[in-house]
Amino acid sequence: MEELGKRALTGDIRAVSRLIRNIEDQVPNTHEAIKHIFPFTGRAHVVGITGAPGAGKSTLTDQLICSIRAKNKTVGVMAVDPSSPFTGGALLGDRIRMLRHADDPGVFVRSLATRGAMGGLSKAVGDGIHVLDVMGKDVIIVETVGVGQQEVDIINHAHTVLVVLVPGMGDEVQAIKAGLMEVADIFIINKADREGARKLYKETLSMMDMGKFPSGWRPPIVMVESNLEPHSFAKSVDELYEKIQEHYKFLYDNNLLQERAQLKVQTEINDALRSAILEPVLNKLIETGEFDQMVQKLLKKETDPYTLADEVAAKYLIK
Amino acid sequence: MAKKIRILLAKPGLDGHDRGAKVLARCFRDAGFEVIYTGCHNTPEQIVNAAIQEDVDMVGLSCLSGAHTYLYPEVVQQLKDRGVTDIPVVGGGIIPDRDMQPLYDAGLKAIFTPGATLDSIVEWINTNIAAKE
Repeated sequence: MEELGKRALTGDIRAVSRLIRNIEDQVPNTHEAIKHIFPFTGRAHVVGITGAPGAGKSTLTDQLICSIRAKNKTVGVMAVDPSSPFTGGALLGDRIRMLRHADDPGVFVRSLATRGAMGGLSKAVGDGIHVLDVMGKDVIIVETVGVGQQEVDIINHAHTVLVVLVPGMGDEVQAIKAGLMEVADIFIINKADREGARKLYKETLSMMDMGKFPSGWRPPIVMVESNLEPHSFAKSVDELYEKIQEHYKFLYDNNLLQERAQLKVQTEINDALRSAILEPVLNKLIETGEFDQMVQKLLKKETDPYTLADEVAAKYLIK
Repeated sequence: MAKKIRILLAKPGLDGHDRGAKVLARCFRDAGFEVIYTGCHNTPEQIVNAAIQEDVDMVGLSCLSGAHTYLYPEVVQQLKDRGVTDIPVVGGGIIPDRDMQPLYDAGLKAIFTPGATLDSIVEWINTNIAAKE
């Protein structure tokens, strides 16, 4: 497994895609490969792109790849689509929009299914970013699933978060609600040639006029019109990429990159502890049949979940 | 461990008739597979690159334009040229009987023609595409 990590460091595409696959499948010892590459991580600019289903995230990502490649920078993309809660299957269709980059060796695109993760990403995204980072990609774009108001895990992984809005999705109260609207470093009003775009712009603007920006960064709003006008679409996305670079420079100049990195590291420790402590205990309980017994006890109201958890903790945790 | 079967579904060549591919994508999703659908007008190069980057267990090709005798073997060959021998290629579409053997000879692992039931395709995958390693 460490070998896979070594090969990923050289930019070996098959090693990279296999490593991401192993992370997703939680293949035993995959952590060994991550241990090997971890010291070399932290070089890439991670850009998150999030918004409602059909807002245009994949199409924007595709054009953004063009803008980034025009500056001779390489791009890694991780595009997440939902898994079925019923069958566990998934239809991953983000790649359709990015097909023209399939022959470009400077672009690596990987589709991931959420596999039950709730925050708009896949559990494999955190380590997946590390893999694309060490394979040498300059910019990593993480496209979330089509989100609602609450799926904002992307802030724990990205330096720059783009929130894509489209006209016609609700009144101005939506704009001042917590969650999605708070995580943007840059707002994109996509499909801005449609009715209601001006109104959405004004609402977003007045929402921000009410806000405070302790870091000093006030999220800009970039209007992007239909991709059916390829020239103006490309121009708007070039502008968007300029804003993205400005934001990264702002983070860098104000020593705020560290703050973002801290969010990611906290998430990573959390996840690693979970997989090192909680998962083995859960597996053990399931293996021995204790888990089923606990379920039965609870169904009969013989005990409660907290007492059971205390018992398990007393048995497995050395204080 | 939580292995999932990953399938790339692609339409090579100049053919926009994607109803069949979409029905299959939905069917595979419902069978619990992860399907990466890359849409219409793919070149063999794009399909091969996508298959490698996505580390799929299988490539499924759909073509109704009659160009299968060129496009399907081309995908198999380009995978081979890239040193990829562990991703089987499966084809479907309007394939005349006389083209079947040449396609198998070219390295296609299975060919499904009109009349093949969705269940039979899923069953073939469950039997023949065990998750890798």
